[in-house]
Amino acid sequence: MKGAGEPAAGAGRAGRSAVEIRGLRKSFGTNEVLRGVDFHVAPGEVVCVIGPSGSGKSTLLRCVNLLEEPTAGTVRVTGVDLTGPEVDIDAARRRIGMVFQSFNLFPHLTALGNVVIAQRKVLRRARPEAERIARELLERVGLADKVGSYPAQLSGGQQQRVAIARALAMGPEVMLFDEPTSALDPELVGDVLGVMRGLAEAGMTMLVVTHEMSFAREVADRVVFMDGGVIVEEGPPSRVIDDPAHARTRAFLSRVLDPAAARIGDAAESDMFRAADRDA
Amino acid sequence: MTAKSAEAAEVGAAPGGLTRRRRRQLSLGGQYGLFAAAVVLVAVLADWETLRLNFANWDVARSLFPDVITVGLRNTAVYTAVGFGLGLGGGLLVALMRLSSVPPYRWFATAYIEVFRGLPLLLIFIFVGVGVPLAFPGANIPGGAAGQAGLALGLAATAYMAETIRAGIEAVPKGQLEAARSLGMSHSRAMRSIVIPQAFRIIIPPLTNELVLLCKDSSLVLFLGITLEQRELTKFGRDLAGEQGNTTPIIVAGICYLIITIPLSLLARRLEARQRRGQR
Ligand SMILES: Nc1ncnc2c1ncn2[C@@H]1O[C@H](COP(=O)(O)OP(=O)(O)O)[C@@H](O)[C@H]1O
Ligand SMILES: [Mg+2]
Repeated sequence: MKGAGEPAAGAGRAGRSAVEIRGLRKSFGTNEVLRGVDFHVAPGEVVCVIGPSGSGKSTLLRCVNLLEEPTAGTVRVTGVDLTGPEVDIDAARRRIGMVFQSFNLFPHLTALGNVVIAQRKVLRRARPEAERIARELLERVGLADKVGSYPAQLSGGQQQRVAIARALAMGPEVMLFDEPTSALDPELVGDVLGVMRGLAEAGMTMLVVTHEMSFAREVADRVVFMDGGVIVEEGPPSRVIDDPAHARTRAFLSRVLDPAAARIGDAAESDMFRAADRDA
Repeated sequence: MTAKSAEAAEVGAAPGGLTRRRRRQLSLGGQYGLFAAAVVLVAVLADWETLRLNFANWDVARSLFPDVITVGLRNTAVYTAVGFGLGLGGGLLVALMRLSSVPPYRWFATAYIEVFRGLPLLLIFIFVGVGVPLAFPGANIPGGAAGQAGLALGLAATAYMAETIRAGIEAVPKGQLEAARSLGMSHSRAMRSIVIPQAFRIIIPPLTNELVLLCKDSSLVLFLGITLEQRELTKFGRDLAGEQGNTTPIIVAGICYLIITIPLSLLARRLEARQRRGQR
């Protein structure tokens, strides 16, 4: 039997994008949420997606593991075309870890059970092996003493770290994070970001939707700013966050980086949007 | 009256010079008095000696043991258990069909639920006892009377439990299925390992109530042709009451039902209360 942690056949070939998205469109009814998105993530790269609420960030992430079916365009992950006709979507999803804003831990299972179940049911690992891996991962996210706790007995930060361990247990080649710290009390954010930072340093390919600008600045190789269902600009964090080229990016950043100033500037912002549209 | 007298009551002084509070005390006292008088009247008018001989005759009661337990109670439990088992399996199946994306499955499930919830249970018993042997000559329902009783109860219970189980499945947050799918579980695997276990946890109280109803409804076996050894509590009680010309066996049978149903009802109420407390 092949080790479950090994990359699947054809994956991880040098030079190939870990994630490659072309002409991605997604509509809910008449509401076009993604209006032609093109971008890629190289193996080992950490890309942070930022942008105002409702700009389509979650939808983009959910299209990458086909929780949402794209209306048009292609999504390739480790070279496999997920939008192709013969794709084994369950097999593809095993290589893509997903961490949700609301954790979505399985409440009827302990922390250990949460990390074990998909190893057993999907990868068919034997229980002792699955539990050994689960314990290692829970230790890695700092929860060695919480293996027997149920989600309801854990803080939000602890739950989210269990969720990260659960995703890692499948040996993913890409990890998707959808605002992993947005539902957390401020004092718990650091633990989760610390785990993510460790993961990035270990070379994991990561696509992270976040409002944590300091994390994006320090950890991301590239930052993508989205608004209105399109990518407005992208580049290294030092450029996009500290020296944005577009007025819309500036308006968004001023709001996120300095919430008090933003409230005052809300009225001005819509003027800036109009100015930006004229520029374009 | 009304407007004026209400006003008087508001002010606190009624025409008779009584305060509102005092009048309520008098009215409550009157109600208690009436109730007590009714109880006393029944107690005085009843022929206690005849009652004792007919309803609580120790000699008759003693003669019922151990058969009332080893035959009556046992068969009631067996018919109920078979009906509950079939109802649980059938209910899950029909609930999944009801939620299926395949229209004919949904149509069948809806039709089944409406038909079997709309029929008197007695009719279903007669149908199973008379109709099935006529329709399929030579085809014996396995398990004899227990099989027939269980089938009749199961057909009805399937319809009720299908609706309960469907509600339970729909009460499991959508994120649970998404988290399971994102780990690479197929839809059916995610339902089996993640969604359905949580749904059953939610619906344990209503299922317990269903068990109580089935226990009582198993008395309809009365209308199937059954042997002496297959009698359950009601038929047993009725037969012996007839043989002995004494109502005590009915009372004993009734007490046997309550021994099963009251603890179950209490259990259901406790589980419900615990669940309400446990909601976080
Ligand atoms: N399942 C859905 N059905 C209909 N509309 C949706 C659905 N999911 C998202 N949307 C809409 O798509 C838009 C973008 O949502 P989302 O991707 O969640 O934005 P973000 O994550 O950037 O806040 C929103 O206007 C939202 O209402
Ligand atoms: Mg979002």
